[in-house]
Formats: sequence, C-alpha cells, structure tokens
Amino acid sequence: MDRPAAAVVPADASLQPRVPGEWALAGAWTRQGIARLARALPPSPATAGAALVVDGSGLAGFDSAGAWLLRQWLGAEAGQARWQGWPPAWQALMELAAATDVAPPAARNDGGLLHRVGSATLRGVRQAQAQLAFIGQAALAAAAVAARPRRLRWRSVLHHVQIGGFDALPIVLLMSFLLGVVVAYQGAGQLRHYGANIFVVELVGYAMLREFAPLMTAIIIAGRSGSSYAAQIGTMVVTEEVDAMRTLGIDPLQQLVLPRLLALAIALPLLTVGADLAGVFGGMVMARTQLDVGFHEFIDRFGRELRGSHLLVGLGKSLVFAAVIAVIGCFQGFRTRASADSVGRQTTLAVVQAIFLVIVVDAAFSVVFSRLGL
Amino acid sequence: MADDVPVVDMRGIVTRFGAQTVHRGLDLTVQRGEILAIAGGSGTGKSVLLREMVGLQRPTEGTVKLFGQDLATLDDDGWAALRQRWGVMFQKGGLFGALTVGENVGLPLREQGRGGHRLPDALIDGIAAWKLALTGLPPDAMHKTPDALSGGMLKRAALARALALDPELLILDEPTSGLDPASSVGIGELILRTRAQFGPSIVLISHDLDLLWAVPDRVAVLGEGRVLAAAPMAELAHHPHPIVQSYFTEARSRRAPQTPEPAWKTS
Repeated sequence: MDRPAAAVVPADASLQPRVPGEWALAGAWTRQGIARLARALPPSPATAGAALVVDGSGLAGFDSAGAWLLRQWLGAEAGQARWQGWPPAWQALMELAAATDVAPPAARNDGGLLHRVGSATLRGVRQAQAQLAFIGQAALAAAAVAARPRRLRWRSVLHHVQIGGFDALPIVLLMSFLLGVVVAYQGAGQLRHYGANIFVVELVGYAMLREFAPLMTAIIIAGRSGSSYAAQIGTMVVTEEVDAMRTLGIDPLQQLVLPRLLALAIALPLLTVGADLAGVFGGMVMARTQLDVGFHEFIDRFGRELRGSHLLVGLGKSLVFAAVIAVIGCFQGFRTRASADSVGRQTTLAVVQAIFLVIVVDAAFSVVFSRLGL
Repeated sequence: MADDVPVVDMRGIVTRFGAQTVHRGLDLTVQRGEILAIAGGSGTGKSVLLREMVGLQRPTEGTVKLFGQDLATLDDDGWAALRQRWGVMFQKGGLFGALTVGENVGLPLREQGRGGHRLPDALIDGIAAWKLALTGLPPDAMHKTPDALSGGMLKRAALARALALDPELLILDEPTSGLDPASSVGIGELILRTRAQFGPSIVLISHDLDLLWAVPDRVAVLGEGRVLAAAPMAELAHHPHPIVQSYFTEARSRRAPQTPEPAWKTS
C-alpha cells in the first residue's frame, strides 16, 4: 500500500556553513522537518557583495514552508543567491519563493490604549445615534400607520401576539408562581419572629405587582422574543429580503417593526397580568403552609390593603418594557451585515441590551414613582 | 511513490437519496498531474461526487480510492495523513468568517503544527502572505476579514488556503461561479499557473465553458448517472451522445449570439 511519505521520518532540516559564502542544506526542509530549525536559525548571512552559494544537494525533502524559511533567512540576499546541486523541481520552487516580493507583514497597529478607548467610545456614540434615528423612523412609520390604520398588517400583529405572548404563557406563569413562593418563603421567617404573619399579603402583593411580575416577564420575553426578532430580521437582511422590500416600495419598518412592536405592547402587559396572578397565588400557597394564613384571609386582606394603582404601575412599566424589547430587537436585526455569524452576534447584542435597558428603565421608574409618591 | 497509481480512482459509484438515484455505477479516474474538469447540468451529482471524493459523504455503493488508498477502510491516522495531501476549495470559499484572510491561509499550517511540528508565527504569517501574493491578492488583503473581500478575491483567498500545505491533489468546486468574465479568466490563468508552480493534480467542477476550454486536460461530462465522456474538450465536440452534444450546441449559441432572438423567446 502506498503510504504517505510522512510515515518514513526523514532527518530534520539543517543549515551548515561550509566555506565562507557557501551554505549547505540537508535533511527535510518540509513543514514537519523545519520546526526545530525555525526556532534556532543561525544569523542571516551578510556577504557584502560577494556571491552567496546555497547547496541543496543534501536535501531529503522540500516544500513551500521550507522555501519560505530559507527565503526569510536569506532576507535581502535571496535575489543574489546561487543555487547549487538542487533537484530541478525544488530549485524552481525556491526560485519562485525568492522572486516573490512580499512586504513584511505589517505589525498590527491598534494604536495603543488611548486609540482603543477613543474608537470604542466613537462606536458607542454612533450606535446610540443610529438607535435614536431608528426610534425616530419607527415613530414616523407608526404615525403614518396611525393616519391609515388599514395599512398595518393585522394578521402579522396577531401572529406575533400568538408566538410572542400566548406561547410564552406557560413559562411565564411557572416562573412567577415560583417567584411568589420564594418571596413568601423568604419573608415567612422574618414575619413569624414578630408575629406579623398577616403582612405576608403586603409583602407578596407589593413585590409581585410592582416589581417582580413586570420585570421578570420582561426579561423572559427579552430572551425569547427580542432574540427572535433580531434573528428573523437579521436573516432577512442577509438574504436581501429587506432590500427587496424597499425596492418594491414596502417600508420594512411598517412591515416588520410595527407589527412586532404592537404585538409585544399587547402581549407583555397581558402576560404580566398572568404573572401577577400566578405570583400572588404562589405567595398564597406559601402563606397557608408556612404562616397559617388561609386563602380567605389572604384574599380578604389583599382586597382591602392593596390599591389598584400598584397593578397599574406594574402594567404601565411592562408597556414601556415591551417597547424597549421590540425596538432593540428589531434595531439590532437591521444592523446585521451580510455574513452569517453577524446574525448570531446581533441576536446576542439584542438580548443583552434589551435586558440591560429594561433594568435601567425599571430603576428610573422607581426613582420617579417615589418622587411622585405613587 | 508509484507514479502509475491514479490520484483519484472512483469505481462503480452508486448514490441514492431515498428513492432518487444520482449516480448509477459511475467510474472516474484522475491521473497524476492532470487537470480534470467535471461538467454536467444541474442535478447530475457533480457536487455530490466531489463530496464523496473527499470523504464528506459515502457513496451507497462503489469504492473511492485516493492515492491508491480506499477511503472506506482508512483509519484515523490514514485520514490525517491524507488530509495533508489535498487542498479543497469550496464553492462559497469556506473561509472562516471569524478569522482574517491571513489567519485563514495560515490555519492549515498551524493545525498540522499541533502534531508536534509547531512553526513560529512569523514564519506562518510569511508563508500565508506568500501564498496570497501568488494568488494575486494585494498585501492589505491579509488583515481583512473574508466578508470584506469581493467575490473574485474570495476565490483567490480560498485557493491560497487550499495551497497552504502544497497539496498533491487540489479540488476546486466551481472556482469561477458568480464571477464576471474577466475575473473568471484570471482564475483560469491562476489555476494553470498553480499547476506549473506546484504541480498538483487538479479536479475542478465547473460549467463555465470558457474555463472548460482553457484550463483542463480532460473534461468528464456527467449525465444519466454516469460519466458520459471523459476527453479533451476538442474531442468532446465530436462526441455522438446527445447530452454531450446538447451541451455544445447550447454552448455555441451562448458563445456567439449572432442572431438576436426576440426577448419573449429567449426567456
């Protein structure tokens, strides 16, 4: 059987001076054979005008890796060298290498720390600019549609309510239920100390309605729908569907962004209501088993102590979160460039930015609401 | 190494996808040092044949031998050695988008270096730059990412990567697809020059007729699940088989549209 030459291991490449101005090559000048020599080359020859002779009669193997090593070693002398005793094919390869003029690979200049900080800042600013422009364009598209509501694709809106909202219901409900359980359980120990068992109602009610239900639902939806918006639109950018839309006179913002935005603005508050219910129910279950607060007692106090404004605060926030998630997801989708891995990158960015902004907005709401005394 | 062993020897290849049979007992050989083009209409299994040649896919029946070794019985070491002896260029380049062009070309050298023959980075970069220069790319292409290259440059960069290990067998899938005629001619010249410089056997898939006339020593026309004819292009013109013939009449009309037909007829 004809095994490859690598099975027979030839001697490593070597480079020896014979007489002044003459060097002898030996061994396998191949990519396998030169590994050791490449790290321990003698200093490059300086012939000062005299002819340099390179004897290749001892070569056991030669390939372009070896040729290039020799060329690098010869440096400026490569042009003047005389090849002596080489097998013709290898000499041709060597002459090819010697004749090729390759500029030394420029050191990758990233311009130092200041330059990197500066360009990163510029990137951030440009991204923020583009984001603002996108929000403006989306608002204009929304205004155009508001003037003529028939132009909106209502089927598309319903489709996205279904996949982004209704289909997310099980995971949102389960997660909120568990959150309610955890909040009540963590509170139970403290409340029992002071004999204030009944205050578990306020604890669970405030925490779920105002904070946890809207925030956690938004985070789940950012991961679920925000990412899929970015990926869907990004793929359409890569396959030039978005460009096709533009040439057909279909505004991609109207066609792609508004239905998603509207669908999420409908679905996320509804999901939040579901999360409120499941979370409070989780708290009720825990209150009964840990704190001896029965369902009746719980619901009775819940109705008396918690004002409807808490629910509305939570729902209002979730409406804003929906806008944040949809806009970021679509925006990152449109920023995809024509390469496949770009879609993945933009999708990740969409999720990370959406979650980050949702939390920032939530913090801002807390400050504003406490100033307003809501 | 015996010179009479064909570089590629495919015998009795049968390929089925479900109920669909693509190859029905196809034979194909590539001799050492020759350039063989595989031509044929869409759906005649050109790309499938190429995938079977490099072991990305197994034929339903038949044997594939590369350098005399049967791919079906090859062990891991055999595969590793074999992969060092071929270079494959894919239709869309197959360059890794996460790496620069220079890193793409240097990658095969870095990978083989994991076997204990690590080469210095500067040397690998130098070889990559050389190979890129040989394929006619400007030096600044080295640090670009593949998505910043034009179609023609992408093909050249992909060829440079296929050449990184001085392959004995070069496999090119549609080297000129999607290129303008001038770039196609350039790629054809580059393929011929590459053979003159490095002497590999070359298998290429193409239905670019200009390329088929200019570059290969032999052209194998696929049809009816087998190789209908494998001969130099000039001989194929006199081949009696209707499929081979239709290829040429269609070719002639495409090469010299002397009587422009009304638009509704040519669509």
